Amino acid sequence: MIPELGQFALILALAVALVQGALPLAGVQRGNAAWIALAWPAVRAQAFLLTFSFCCLTWAFIDNDFSVVYTASHSNSQLPLPYRIAAVWGGHEGSLLLWALLLSWWSFAVSLFSRQLPETMTARVLGILGLVSVGFLVFILMTSNPFERQLPGLPEGNDLNPLLQDPGLVIHPPLLYMGYVGFSIAYAFAIAALLSGQLDAAWARWSRPWTMVAWIFLTLGIAMGSWWAYYELGWGGWWFWDPVENASFMPWLIGTALIHSLAVTEKRGSFKNWTVMLAIGAFSLSLLGTFLVRSGVLTSVHAFATDPKRGVYILAFLVAVIGSSLLLFAWRAPKVGLGGRFALLSRESLLLTNNVMLAVVCATVLIGTLSPLIASALGKKLSVGAPYFNTVFGALMVPVVFLIGVGPFARWKEASLAGLARLLRWPFFVAVLAAILLPLSLDHWSPLIALGLALAFWIALTATLNFIARVRATRAGRPFLSTLFKQPGAFWGMHLAHLGIAVFIVGVTMVKGYETEKDVKMGPGDTVEVGGYQFGFLGVRETNGPNYLALIGDVEVTKNGKPYRRMTPEKRIYNASGMPMTETAIDSGFLRDLYISLGEPIDRENLNGEWAVRVYHKPFVGWIWIGCLLMALGGLVSICDRRYRVRANAVVITPSATQPAQSA
Amino acid sequence: MKARHQRIALMVGGLAVLGIIIALVLNALTSNIVFFFSPTDVVEGKAPQGRAFRIGGMVKEGSLQRGADGITVHFVVTDTEHDMPVTYKGILPDLFREGKGVVAQGKLGEDSLFVANEVLAKHDENYMPPEAAKAVDEAHARAARNRTAETLQQ
Repeated sequence: MIPELGQFALILALAVALVQGALPLAGVQRGNAAWIALAWPAVRAQAFLLTFSFCCLTWAFIDNDFSVVYTASHSNSQLPLPYRIAAVWGGHEGSLLLWALLLSWWSFAVSLFSRQLPETMTARVLGILGLVSVGFLVFILMTSNPFERQLPGLPEGNDLNPLLQDPGLVIHPPLLYMGYVGFSIAYAFAIAALLSGQLDAAWARWSRPWTMVAWIFLTLGIAMGSWWAYYELGWGGWWFWDPVENASFMPWLIGTALIHSLAVTEKRGSFKNWTVMLAIGAFSLSLLGTFLVRSGVLTSVHAFATDPKRGVYILAFLVAVIGSSLLLFAWRAPKVGLGGRFALLSRESLLLTNNVMLAVVCATVLIGTLSPLIASALGKKLSVGAPYFNTVFGALMVPVVFLIGVGPFARWKEASLAGLARLLRWPFFVAVLAAILLPLSLDHWSPLIALGLALAFWIALTATLNFIARVRATRAGRPFLSTLFKQPGAFWGMHLAHLGIAVFIVGVTMVKGYETEKDVKMGPGDTVEVGGYQFGFLGVRETNGPNYLALIGDVEVTKNGKPYRRMTPEKRIYNASGMPMTETAIDSGFLRDLYISLGEPIDRENLNGEWAVRVYHKPFVGWIWIGCLLMALGGLVSICDRRYRVRANAVVITPSATQPAQSA
Repeated sequence: MKARHQRIALMVGGLAVLGIIIALVLNALTSNIVFFFSPTDVVEGKAPQGRAFRIGGMVKEGSLQRGADGITVHFVVTDTEHDMPVTYKGILPDLFREGKGVVAQGKLGEDSLFVANEVLAKHDENYMPPEAAKAVDEAHARAARNRTAETLQQ
């Protein structure tokens, strides 16, 4: 009964979404106030119905209702309760429902927090979100209904893929989806602005916090996914350039360009067209990501059971969204105008370079991701290896990262090259010198290590210098520290996020440069030394988990003869699927991780004998995720900036009022 | 005049940078594209020498052997028509099983032994790598055609 209610609510939600997508937009066009006013109750009703529907599906999992096909294929009565709940989005149908649910919540949030916007603008935004919702709900109901029944029901479910039975899965998809779906808000704002022709600084100011929130979620979602891959897949890698990873990374790149471009549009009124293009791009890439993941056209660790009907639908949806947006853009953009002019060297031009470079980087990732697809259409099977992505991405990001150090010092409108060079030559020399000397004191020296460290030091030094200069310029006799903490959130946020990139680069550089990986054969009593630690293998014992059998390896770690700790990597065999899983043992430290995973027994008949074991020492690997957290924190701090809480109509947008001509 | 010169210089510079980027991308792409071949393709000499490629098929039953160091493994990849011996140094993925699909990346060594540096893990018990499935399907199709041809000749 409950699954039927859920399905019924889903159908009703589609009807409401149709109303929300059609009437407010038409109402604004015709000046019909009653139709416009429908947007708000429609959004509320849709959020309620989808929440209800999602709860119904969740109940089917909690209740072990295996007459629901989706539950039977993704859950099992032995599965612990938290994982049964997470299993709701462990498969294709449920994760799409989660997508639709989050979209309705985002829309609800927009309807709540946009009181200061003109009613017609909000109605348009909500209407466009309604249309997006229609697209997803039709997709769910037509091709991927999570409530489908099989009667009689199965006595037992198929179980959730053991890889996904992990706390990481509980939060990774919702975070990522919050980001993906969040870009639909930026998209809706951009389309609404195109429709109204009101593409101005006020529009950018409204759109900015929403875009930033989406970006924060996407950043956290990607970082979470990478961390999960690191400890769950048992290979010690944290990024594989897998098509689905790329699918989440491309909207992030364009989203990053978008938040910078929005800053310029808000402060200077420039880049309007470009900002709109980026908003369309970020959302289209989110949809493309869904297409790549859900249609199974690409070989990927995330490939779900494939169904060509789904792929065709998403492709058609993608074409409709991109096509109509671009048509509208071509029709309306000439009226938008160029906005403020700026000189060849100015903060605008530096941000524009950053934007173009990020778009180029995104294009190279896209080429690498799609070329196997294009080749297979031509009858060839090929894959693009990680070295392609590493080379191209690394080379193109060097100038982008270098500009991070220059941008905050450059004046709006026109900056002086000589002035910038005079300000920045010391941090440049210090960064280069430190980066050359520091690796000499470590294990070995390589140009790539020096380059990575130089970029990280460069960001850190220029940020510090920028803080000092800014405080000097604004302190007016007050104490240094209190002036420092009185700097606006946007300023703090920018530098926190940039420092996050520096921390991330240190992590990547150090782990690539100095990691030790040993695959060894170990029997009880054997010892191997990695990274200054001695790992003594004691043997393997058996235990029972809630829904699996575990073989636990005991490894005694000592450093210089002194006991450090015991680590216990596991090999699990899940009861329902019979699938083996490696559970790594990781000792995380600030400066290094120790990483052990059990391979396979050398002799399958003798589990107490020798095993193939991976023992890794990974310096600074944790900094990769700390860096991502800092970036997200920077975003959070910047939207806490006072000026977003000031009523928009009370503020006259003048660049000089919000920002000193030179922030230095 | 000056503004015009500046614009031209800017455009030339921009085009040069774009050209460098495109050259870099194409170069990286062509040197990192990895083609896929089935064991039959390799036997027919279609696979490149000295360049990395992927092979796929099923792991032949009973073919898995371990070297003395415990870490080097030997196994045979088959598309049911032809076999391809593979050697790999490292820990095999959890779902590596005899009789199941597999994709390996590496180079052709001496004695037509395939030296793999990567054996691909698939994260679902029932999931067959599409390349491996294709290799086996094609071999089956050829076998069926041959049978038909033989029947016709008789």
